[in-house]
Amino acid sequence: MADVALRPDGIGTAQPARKRSGLQKALKRRSTAAFLMTLPLIILIALLVIYPAFYSLHLATLNKSMQKFVGLGNFEFLFRRDTFWLVVKQSCIFAITAVVFKALIGFIVAHFVHNIPAKGQRKWRGMLLVPWVIPPAMSTLAWLWLFDPSYSAFNYTLSFFGIGPIPWTGDAAWARFSVILVNVWYGAPFFMIMYLAALKSVPDQLYEAAAIDGANWWQRIWYVTLPMMRNIIAITTLFSLIVTFANFDIVRILTAGGPLDHTHIFATWAFRIGIEGSDIPLGASVSLFMVPILAVAAIFILRDVNKRGNEA
Amino acid sequence: MADVALRKVVKRYDDVEAVRGIDLDIADHEFIVLVGPSGCGKSTTLRMIAGLEDISDGDIMIGGDIVNDVPPKDRDIAMVFQNYALYPHMTVAENMSFGLRLKHYPKAEIKARVTEAARLLDITDLIDRKPKQLSGGQRQRVAMGRAIVRNPKVFLFDEPLSNLDAKLRVQMRIEIKKVHQKVRTTTVYVTHDQVEAMTLADRVVVMNKGRIEQIGTPNELYHKPATRFVAGFIGSPAMNFIPCRLEDVGGTLQLRLTDRIAFALPPARAARYNALPRTDKLLLGIRPEHLTESHAHLGPGVETFDAVLDVTEPMGMETLVYFGLDGTPVCGRVDPNAGAKDGAPMRLAMDLNNMHLLNEETGAVL
Repeated sequence: MADVALRPDGIGTAQPARKRSGLQKALKRRSTAAFLMTLPLIILIALLVIYPAFYSLHLATLNKSMQKFVGLGNFEFLFRRDTFWLVVKQSCIFAITAVVFKALIGFIVAHFVHNIPAKGQRKWRGMLLVPWVIPPAMSTLAWLWLFDPSYSAFNYTLSFFGIGPIPWTGDAAWARFSVILVNVWYGAPFFMIMYLAALKSVPDQLYEAAAIDGANWWQRIWYVTLPMMRNIIAITTLFSLIVTFANFDIVRILTAGGPLDHTHIFATWAFRIGIEGSDIPLGASVSLFMVPILAVAAIFILRDVNKRGNEA
Repeated sequence: MADVALRKVVKRYDDVEAVRGIDLDIADHEFIVLVGPSGCGKSTTLRMIAGLEDISDGDIMIGGDIVNDVPPKDRDIAMVFQNYALYPHMTVAENMSFGLRLKHYPKAEIKARVTEAARLLDITDLIDRKPKQLSGGQRQRVAMGRAIVRNPKVFLFDEPLSNLDAKLRVQMRIEIKKVHQKVRTTTVYVTHDQVEAMTLADRVVVMNKGRIEQIGTPNELYHKPATRFVAGFIGSPAMNFIPCRLEDVGGTLQLRLTDRIAFALPPARAARYNALPRTDKLLLGIRPEHLTESHAHLGPGVETFDAVLDVTEPMGMETLVYFGLDGTPVCGRVDPNAGAKDGAPMRLAMDLNNMHLLNEETGAVL
């Protein structure tokens, strides 16, 4: 009984001290300190990313003059237009084809570079990164010249073999090929450097163990290299898929979406409608369409990465 | 299973000779340990046997066939690496069966072999786990399992216990010995740890600077080292080397260590060293266990002297005592109850029946 009677008293006197020490403890905790230190960046990201994202959501619900709320009207309108579905199809073809080729070329080149002796490797690595370092707006201008209908250096060279002239940007199929080609040229070095880093992190002894186990070079790639690089491949692919899907400069400069909208992708078409066509809400609606498509890809890829993350 | 032979094997990296023409015959079923300090060429030698390094000169034979240009997979060997080299994305069973699966063995046989190896190594419960879920010792067992299931002609171990803590190392050492007793496959084992070498090997190969210093059973190396390097490398604490000279005093051969200390050699030793020139620069090689406390019942050939101890290290079952003889640091092993104290004088006994005499310049044991 005596204990029970004393207890409330004790709590009453101890509580303020405990509260203060609780706050002090929270401030001293590493996670709190980490949060406070990252807070400036979080605020910056909130201002530069989250605000525009919500603003574009808001814009997409307005009419052309941005005076009236139309709900999902813009989306309904888009669904009824053939050009929209053409853009969806082209965006998918553009992004998937480009990413596949970038990944493939990056993987092969990374292997070659990896096998160059350490002395000469830096030089090659530097040179191979050049396409990725040049601002794409500039390098695409150079490609534009190479594809020029009248002065195409490619066509000039091909003419010696009796081929061409090829309408690089004039014909729908060739124009699609050209924009993908330039995108692959620009993006493959990124894959190369990521894969090279991944290759370097695979312990040599795994290859030696595989060689003793009887694996040939292909089996070594299939059973050792690829599984060991799986996470890097997944993350690089996801990252590149997002960037390629949202690509603007290459298509804009090379074909401006032509001929007859046959190379438009989401970003260039959103620009055409929103800025050039002065229908900003409709442009916002088009660009918002990338979100669900990329979200699905991101969920699948990141789930796999999480699952595999526990192995290495 | 097979014998392995190395004939004048050389490994050159640009201008550096890592392995300088070694000859070695390893008998069928034998457990050979290559031991030496880092950079002595032991791992390179092992990797050349495995086929992971090309040989610059000479021949390597496995089972009588020259395998110089045979790729690793066709040499019918299995290797256990220092960092285990398990495939992180495969389960224990998949890791162990990888080699057999590549060779398209029937599934039933693969399963039987993996089960048997797992039982032998006591890892049956871990068979479905990934390497990340295993401790260091368990990983090393899996790495050994991967070697065993292949039933190869030769096992190669490249410092397999270096990544384990001291206690586990002792345990795994015994496991490896047990496994070898059961499977009896010819084994070449590389280590820099002389205790591993002594405890595991049928024969030990001591290497230094790309050459073989001595080949012998652990006992031979310990009691009859051929060179100063072997004498100093095998045994812990290491053998003492004390500058000395031979003197003839009144018809007996004496060993003079300092101005104050000289011992008459026991007859057997005197006969052995009598022919040596008296001017030669000589070293007395004596192991710490042959430098003990003096007591009443010393046998023949055991001589006593006084020394002031610099440092004592009580180890429990014995006490190590350190002192100087004319500036040469010397270590002895005394009874823990002999009363050894830092800075105190002590009467010590040197067992000259177990001494070695070395040529200081060539390092050869005389």
